[in-house]
Amino acid sequence: MIPKTPPQTAVGRLPVAEIVFWLVLAAGFWLWPSYLPLASQVLIAGLFALSLDLVLGYAGIVSLGHAAYFGVGAYAAGVLSRQGWGEPFSGLLLAALCAGVTGFITSFLVVRGKDLTRLMVTTGIGLLLFELANRLTDITGGNDGLIGMQMKPVLGAFSFDMYGKVAYGYSLAVTFVLFLLMRRVVNSPFGLSLRGIRDNPGRMLALGYPVHRRLIAMYTLASVYAGIAGALLAQTTQFVGTDVLSFSRSAELMVMLIVGGTGMLYGGLVGAAVFLVAHEYLSDINPTYWEFWLGAFLIAIVMFGRDGVLGACLRLARAWRRRIAKPAAAP
Amino acid sequence: MITSFLGVLFDGLAYGMLLFLISVGLAVTLGLMNFINLAHGAFAMLGGYVCVLALQRWDLPFLVVLPLAFVISALAGLLLERVLYRHLYRRSHLDQVLATIGLTFMAIAAASYFFGPMQQPLQVPRFLSGQVTVLGVDLNIYRGFLLALGVALTVALTLALEHTRFGASVRAAVDRPRVAEALGIRVGLVFQITFAVGCGLAGLGGALGVQVLGLDPGFPLKFIVYFLLVVAVGGSSGLKGPLYAALLLGVFDVAGKYYVPQIGAFIIYAMMIILLVLRPQGLISRK
Repeated sequence: MIPKTPPQTAVGRLPVAEIVFWLVLAAGFWLWPSYLPLASQVLIAGLFALSLDLVLGYAGIVSLGHAAYFGVGAYAAGVLSRQGWGEPFSGLLLAALCAGVTGFITSFLVVRGKDLTRLMVTTGIGLLLFELANRLTDITGGNDGLIGMQMKPVLGAFSFDMYGKVAYGYSLAVTFVLFLLMRRVVNSPFGLSLRGIRDNPGRMLALGYPVHRRLIAMYTLASVYAGIAGALLAQTTQFVGTDVLSFSRSAELMVMLIVGGTGMLYGGLVGAAVFLVAHEYLSDINPTYWEFWLGAFLIAIVMFGRDGVLGACLRLARAWRRRIAKPAAAP
Repeated sequence: MITSFLGVLFDGLAYGMLLFLISVGLAVTLGLMNFINLAHGAFAMLGGYVCVLALQRWDLPFLVVLPLAFVISALAGLLLERVLYRHLYRRSHLDQVLATIGLTFMAIAAASYFFGPMQQPLQVPRFLSGQVTVLGVDLNIYRGFLLALGVALTVALTLALEHTRFGASVRAAVDRPRVAEALGIRVGLVFQITFAVGCGLAGLGGALGVQVLGLDPGFPLKFIVYFLLVVAVGGSSGLKGPLYAALLLGVFDVAGKYYVPQIGAFIIYAMMIILLVLRPQGLISRK
C-alpha cells in the first residue's frame, strides 16, 4: 500500500528542516560548482517526479505514461523558441498551457476504470504521443530532434552560460515556487479529499465528493507540472529529442519517485537526486551493470518495505532487538 | 487487390496467433489471478535466446529446440514463482508493477551481458522456409506453420482447461481459492504449475517469434505493451477473449503497417485506448 501521509501542521510556513533543505540547494553554486549541469538535471527530474507524486502518491493513479505531458511541454517550449520567441518564462507558460490542455483532455480516459485499465491507458497515451512525435517530423524534427533553439536571457539579464549557472538558478527558482504551490495544494481540503479518494473511493463518493471531477482536476494540475518540467529541460539544454516522450522516461520517473517515497512531498526530489547521482557514477563503470542493479534494487524495495530504506532499517533493528530479548521463543 | 488483402489477413492472423501463444500465460496470471506481471516478455525472450543458442551453437533440429525452449522457460518460471512471485500475489498492483519492472530490467541487463546488444540472426529450417501459392495468394510456409501450431495448441489448452481434472482445479482455485483449498485442492501448487506452463508457452512463443518479432535485449519492454494489450482488451473469461484480441491486434497491426505505413503503430495504440475506454472489463468479461 501507499504509505499513509503523516499529519502535516504548520501549513503555509516552512519548518526549519525544510528551510535548510532549500538553503543547501541554493548554496549549490558554491557547494558543487562543477556539477551544476547534473544538479539542474536533478531539479528538473525532481519537479517531474513531484508531478507524478500528485497523481500516484496523492491521487492513487498508477501511471506509466507520464512522459506524455513532459514531452508536450518540452516540444511546446522548443517550438516557441525556434519560432524566434526566446523569452524563457513565456515558454514555460505556453508549455504549462499545452500540457495542461493535453492532461485535461486525456484525464477523462484515465480516471475511468481500475488500476490495470489506468496503467494501460496511460501507457497507451504515452506511446501514442511518442509515435506522433516520430511522425510529425516537420514540427518535432523526428529522430534528429529539435535543434537550433535560441534562448533569450532570463529576466532580460542572465543569459544561459556554458557552466550551467543560470540554468541551475532558473531551474531552482521555478522548482521552488512550484513546490510551495504543491505543498499548499496537498494540505488544502482539496488535497485531503484526494487522499481520501486514494484510500477509499467508494466511501468518498458516498460522502458526496465528486470523485471523478477531483481526480480530473488533480491529473490536469500534475500535467501542468510535468509540462513545465519538460519546458525547463528543453530550455536549459536547448535541445528536444523524441526520448522526452519515451516509455523508459516514464518508467524511470516512477522508479525515482518510489526510491524517494510517495506521498511525502520531498520523495520526488530526494529520489531524483539519488537516482541520477547513482546513474552518473554506476553507468560510468558499466551501463549494463547499472540496469541490473536498478532492477535488483526495485525488487528489494518492494520485498523489504515500501516505506524507504530508513523504514526498513528501523524494522530490522526492532526485530533484532526482540530476538535478543526472547531467544527461546524462536522455533 | 483481393489477393493482397488475403495475404495481409494471413500474415496478420499468423502474427496474432504468435502474440496469443506468448500472451496466454499472462492471460492466466493477469486475467484470472489478477496479478500484473510486466516481466512476462522476459520469459519469451529467454525462449528466444534458447532457440538461437540451440540452433546455432549446438546444431539441434528445430523441432527439438521448440520443446526445449518451452521446458527451460517453464523451469525459470517455476523457480521465480517460488522465489519472487508468490510473495506478490496479495500485494497492491503498484508493488507488482514495480517488482516485475525490476525483474525486466535485470533480464535485459543479463541478456545484453551474455549475448550483446545486437539483433540475433536466425535461419528458419529449410522445410519451413519459402512460399506456396494457393489460389493466387503467396503464403509464407513458416507463417502457415505458426498458424497451424497456434490452432493446435489453442485446442489442446481449451481441452486441458475444460475437460481435465487439473483444468477443473485451476478454474476452482481462481474462482474461489479458499473453498478450493477446503475441498483439498492444493491451490499454491496449482498456481505454481499454471504459472510455469504460462511461462513455458511464452518461451515457446518467443522461440517461434525470433523470425517474426526479432530478438534483442530490448525485447521484453518493446513487446510488453502488446502482451498486456491482448489480455487487457481480451478480458478475463478464459482463453476466448485473449484469442480474439490477439487475432484482432495481429490483423490490424499488419494491415496498418502495410496499407498506411506513415501512421504505423499509431493505429494499435489508438485502438487500445478506445477499446479500453469503451470496455474497461475487456471484450469478454466474466461478470
